[in-house]
Amino acid sequence: MSLVLKNLSKQYENSDKSTLHEINLEVHDGEFVCIVGQSGCGKSTLLNLVAGLERPTTGEILVDGQPVTGAGADRTVMFQEHGLYPWLNVIDNVKFGMKLNKVPKEIQEEKADYYLDMMHLSEYKEYPIHQLSGGMRQRVALARALTMDSKILLMDEPFSALDKQTSNRLREELQNIWMKTKKTVLFITHSVEEAVYLADRVVVLSAATGNVADIVEVGIDRPRNVYDEKFVQIRHRILDEVKK
Amino acid sequence: MGLVIFLVGLIALWEGFYLLFVEVLNVYKPYAFPSPVGVIEKFFSLIEDGTLVEVTVNSLLRGLEGYIIAVIIGVVIGLLLNHFKYLQKNLKPVILGIQTLPSVCWVPFSILWFGLSRQAILFVVVMGSAFSIAISVDNAIKHIPPIYERVASTLGANKKQIYTQVVFPACLPEFVTGLKQGWSFAWRALMAGEVMTTSIGLGQTLIIGRDLADINQVAMVMVLIIVIGIIIDKAIFTNIENRLLKKRGL
Repeated sequence: MSLVLKNLSKQYENSDKSTLHEINLEVHDGEFVCIVGQSGCGKSTLLNLVAGLERPTTGEILVDGQPVTGAGADRTVMFQEHGLYPWLNVIDNVKFGMKLNKVPKEIQEEKADYYLDMMHLSEYKEYPIHQLSGGMRQRVALARALTMDSKILLMDEPFSALDKQTSNRLREELQNIWMKTKKTVLFITHSVEEAVYLADRVVVLSAATGNVADIVEVGIDRPRNVYDEKFVQIRHRILDEVKK
Repeated sequence: MGLVIFLVGLIALWEGFYLLFVEVLNVYKPYAFPSPVGVIEKFFSLIEDGTLVEVTVNSLLRGLEGYIIAVIIGVVIGLLLNHFKYLQKNLKPVILGIQTLPSVCWVPFSILWFGLSRQAILFVVVMGSAFSIAISVDNAIKHIPPIYERVASTLGANKKQIYTQVVFPACLPEFVTGLKQGWSFAWRALMAGEVMTTSIGLGQTLIIGRDLADINQVAMVMVLIIVIGIIIDKAIFTNIENRLLKKRGL
């Protein structure tokens, strides 16, 4: 499913500087695109616009040619905070989105089991959320997002609140899952290494101008190795771009 | 256990004080100073002739009736306050103001409007409790982390589902705390109403004690009002509150 951003701008009231300025981007069906940039460049705003949680000042967003008018289950979001509901246990959190969309009970059961197994969380089905570690919580949130079978998965720095070891393991798992499911993913991160590790293309947003500074095709076979020569080269090239 | 010993000690001290100042030194008149023994005797004599059970049940039922009306009104006002910015900005300060008014101040109005009737007391209870519940409902909804609603809407929730599946369960523990506070206001207002008007109940039993110069009856009813208040607070509200919080790991 393709995602097209056309001349997308976002300007906040009480601020003369526009956060995002004339963004044009096309994400192809099954493509993994990462957006990087310094803090304050509007990465999260961009994701909120695509999610339909905020409205653009000008321009439009098209999903398969249809303009986005609000939040919807065709663009599931995974946030930096897990956003799991503390009154539900693990499996009920995973089923939450399916319940909202009135998916038949047997299918809910089946899918919840499938994705919890994928996330190595089968033993924790009945656990309350507060007994899980940070990494486990993000895996539950990812399972919940995947059960929606949405056209597009939006991820807003989902691993950045975790320790380095956990976040590295999770991005490895995410890569494996993506190789299996071939979903269209728009992934926001401030970590260039994470972007180069995961993405087909890395989009660099400029904090100064609020538009796309560069789009880098990664073109390294998966699974990727962060110490690989080409990886290091691309990473440095993007880092230079981000610092500008 | 420590509390029980402390309370027994306190009562013993009270009895000692009574014996010394009333019986021995005659500083206070027996009609002006109750004794624990007298209070306990009064308690059993009124239990035996059935009046105490009758008035207590009467008060509790009336309190419950007023409280249920207060909860309904309070929840509706709270939801409106939360939903409409205009009301939030303008009506909420007014409600906060009314809320500071002791419920006994509503008694003159209630008597003028409803006479010395059951409705008069219900009115005082509702006025004493509904606004505190309204404010707690509004606050409980405000304290929900915004991420909960954002997640639900990106999972395809409609407005109704956000209210029933997210807002309601998310604010439940704080809502119960608000209900508990509302009950304690309702209970106090009920006693204020019962003391001021004449209608069979604990408050009226207290006033009869005064009229008969039976200070032990007055003290006994006061103790009973405290005990009932504590039992409902702990056994019902605090119990539910703790269970909800424990389930959420709070």
